[in-house]
Amino acid sequence: MELLSFGDTGWGDELFFATLMTIAVSIAAMAIGFLFALIFTPLKLSKKKSLNIIGNCYTTIIRGVPELLVIYLLFFGGTGAAMYVASIFGYDGYIEINAFITGALAIGVISGAYSTEVFRGAILSIDKGQFEASKVLGIKKGIQFYKIILPQMLRLAIPNLSNVWQIALKDTSLISVTGLVEIMRQSYIAAGSTRDPLFFYSVAAILYLILTFLSMKLINKLEIKYSKGY
Amino acid sequence: MISIFPSLLSGAIITLKLLIVSMFFGLIIGLFFAILRINKNPIINKFAYGYSYFFRGTPLLVQLYLIYYGLANIEFLRNSFFWVIIKEPYWCAIIAFSLNTGAYTSEILRSAFQTIKKGYIEAAQSLGVTKKITFYRIQLPIAIKQSLPAYGNEIILMLKGTSLASVITIMDLMGEARKVNVLTFKPFEAFITAGIIYLFITFIIHKAIKLLEKKYIYQ
Repeated sequence: MELLSFGDTGWGDELFFATLMTIAVSIAAMAIGFLFALIFTPLKLSKKKSLNIIGNCYTTIIRGVPELLVIYLLFFGGTGAAMYVASIFGYDGYIEINAFITGALAIGVISGAYSTEVFRGAILSIDKGQFEASKVLGIKKGIQFYKIILPQMLRLAIPNLSNVWQIALKDTSLISVTGLVEIMRQSYIAAGSTRDPLFFYSVAAILYLILTFLSMKLINKLEIKYSKGY
Repeated sequence: MISIFPSLLSGAIITLKLLIVSMFFGLIIGLFFAILRINKNPIINKFAYGYSYFFRGTPLLVQLYLIYYGLANIEFLRNSFFWVIIKEPYWCAIIAFSLNTGAYTSEILRSAFQTIKKGYIEAAQSLGVTKKITFYRIQLPIAIKQSLPAYGNEIILMLKGTSLASVITIMDLMGEARKVNVLTFKPFEAFITAGIIYLFITFIIHKAIKLLEKKYIYQ
């Protein structure tokens, strides 16, 4: 227990901040994922074949390739790509992309593919009559989406989005390979310097369990809120 | 790009080995825990639930580190015959992957068992079929058929999971790609080629499961 105390002698405070970092990366990744889903869901639902193929390529490739590969590609390739782009604009210095940004972007790209599938499924399961009725009433397309489709879609999407969130939360452990100090990296450091890996990795496992448990509780509340009236 | 292909392929063979061996053990573990989950005894039931909750609620990387670094820390395991197994990263990876996929498989099979219509079991009972035979000849085949699509997804998730073996020094496809990246400083070539090989394996698994589904699935 002394190992977990706060302050200079223990690893409590370090692990606490690492947990906050894990939460922060997960939330950032989830938000980036939503942005990707916002772009790719319409493409996947589009009637145009070419747009459809782009959407399908994104979800198929990302879901068929290991998460670690996406992270490595962005981590090692991102710096090179950023320097190349900068050199076009005449900047030749070394650019290092922040590990947080790389990590959030990598997990975001991955969770975006899953979110896209979830949103696509949710929109497809909305009754066609809803679209037709709002069209007949002369409601504009934008308002139709925000006021009629989105609320119904969210209700259907929340249970599956909770799965996506859990996957993103667990995937953040992989960012530790890039050196970002989140739960996994911090336990690795602590385990290395105290020579007690069993204890620190058990602590890491418990921290993840707490996070998944708490987010489950929170999402259940959201689910109840959005299924009011059903 | 062609020059790095042989080393990546040798890595892909190790990836496939890891996948097949851990899927095999995972299926046995999953079936065992699924049977425990549908047991009516609350203690057995809770134990199986706890197992699947732990392995589904923590990242695979934590489990891998716990087994690879953590188990070596236990004095009495180090002196026992198990040390032969847990000192090898390959077997540590197999243990971690099998336990992980076992947890997911047990959930898939459990939900399949629970969706079997009661009528089937009642019909068997009224025909005087013993409980054991009802389980092996009626419940189990139906459950396996019903869980095929979900199990196909699990195989693909596990294929992606095996890439973590590279973190504990195993030279699987991911490990080889990392080595190529370090040696040549060409991250795009190394990782995109590896990605194509992963996609190809995923595609084959996907097609194989689709074929099996067509052959076996009930409507």
